[in-house]
Amino acid sequence: MIDDTVELRVNGHLMRAAHGSSVASALIAAGITRFRSSTTGEPRAPVCGMGVCFECRVTIDGMPHQRACLVGVQSGMSVTTGEET
Amino acid sequence: MSVKLQPAEVVVVGGGPAGIAAAVCAAEARRGARVVLVDEGFAPGGQIWRTGPGLRPPRLARHWTERLAASGAWVQSQTSVVDVRRDGDGFRVLCETSGQALTVSCGRIVLATGARERFLPFPGWTLPNVMGIGGIQALLKAGTSFRGQRIIIAGSGPLMLPVAASLTSAGGRVLMVAEQTSAKRLALFTASLWRSPARLGQAALLRAKFFASSYETGTWVKSAIGDKAMRSVMITNGKRERILDCDVLCTGFGLVPNSELARLLGCAVDGRRVVVDDVQQTTAVGAYCAGEPTGIGGVERSLVEGEIAGRSAMGESVSMQVRSRRAALHRYAEGLTRAFELRDELRTLAGGDTVVCRCEDVRMRDIDPAWTSRQAKLYTRAGMGACQGRICGAALDCLMGWTPDSVRPPIEPARVATLLDEAKL
Repeated sequence: MIDDTVELRVNGHLMRAAHGSSVASALIAAGITRFRSSTTGEPRAPVCGMGVCFECRVTIDGMPHQRACLVGVQSGMSVTTGEET
Repeated sequence: MSVKLQPAEVVVVGGGPAGIAAAVCAAEARRGARVVLVDEGFAPGGQIWRTGPGLRPPRLARHWTERLAASGAWVQSQTSVVDVRRDGDGFRVLCETSGQALTVSCGRIVLATGARERFLPFPGWTLPNVMGIGGIQALLKAGTSFRGQRIIIAGSGPLMLPVAASLTSAGGRVLMVAEQTSAKRLALFTASLWRSPARLGQAALLRAKFFASSYETGTWVKSAIGDKAMRSVMITNGKRERILDCDVLCTGFGLVPNSELARLLGCAVDGRRVVVDDVQQTTAVGAYCAGEPTGIGGVERSLVEGEIAGRSAMGESVSMQVRSRRAALHRYAEGLTRAFELRDELRTLAGGDTVVCRCEDVRMRDIDPAWTSRQAKLYTRAGMGACQGRICGAALDCLMGWTPDSVRPPIEPARVATLLDEAKL
């Protein structure tokens, strides 16, 4: 059987996600609800799912402010959530 | 490092139905003409024809994407347009792709930037697990599982039907679909569709897919309740309030044209709708616009407008038959707008403590209705954050009766290196 998943690291923990899925999907599957922290510290998570609202911003491979809904999962990717943006 | 694409005759911005049709028709108008389609998605299709792991796009989508692949148009995916400037008789388009600047100059440009959902603020709307109706559809297609989740869909418009249907098919438990428009308005609209039985049939088929869920008209969300995430929702029909526990609340009150790029080019707009002539040309010569930015009306309307814009941008004529098809689709779109007009109660849901601008956490009480949108920006930073007022701007138009503020580049957050690159050109 072909393994159609990729392995990535979310806040230091290893997890697997379906090949072709978005980072946002992988984070929701991992039970993450705080994608970013708002300027007054509130938890925020995806709203529009299409790159408009910027609520799903996370740090991917060290690059901050990446929209999790617009980036596809890649093997070896490292994602950090909950940062103040 | 920056990339400069070979100059094109036509650049199309946006790869949904309108953009695909425009690129296809421009490229087919004269073989060998250089046509570039710039799109933010993983692959062309836009929101409506979005694909994902294990998904097979509908027949119409396959037809157009195959035609696009055969047309010779260059498709530049996962690329955002940051700025467009006049360059002689043509345009220069600055883009960003995977953190790199990309520029392309062109003779004519077709703006097919689509639409986004309109969100209206209500207490709790910023809590995690409150998302858009189109948003959940996009997440579902991108591989998110909602199996076993209790979902409430509360908003307005025809988009709620396919979303409820696909969530149910994917194992989600849709508890309720709450449509804010009244039963009477909806019945009038349905009756007006007697001439297009295909649309009625489609709606009936979709409804059948979530037959076990209730579909309530004249019903809307009052608040979302929860601490770190939403846990329950207060729903009302104006007389009686109910609190329902659920895992996900989807809301969305119709669509808003993405007219930022057109406004940046100085094209005339009516509210947020881009004004076009009968060949889809905007008031900026050489800039065409097609699909939802000119008015919300669905796939078929977008396709026919894209077809006209693509041909016109290449200097080709448009047949009477195509024009009359467009006229019929415009009439349908007007009926749609009337049917799902928003009720006044929705404009007063937000309390003083409710966040209006999600990027800058500006609250309702911070905003004076006597201001203009520009004043709100200057005094409170509402609309100054990452989304550049795309969410709160459309909400405040609706709540305060404001008109959108002018657009300045970059129209999307961009890396400084990308902007420096533009300065060098």
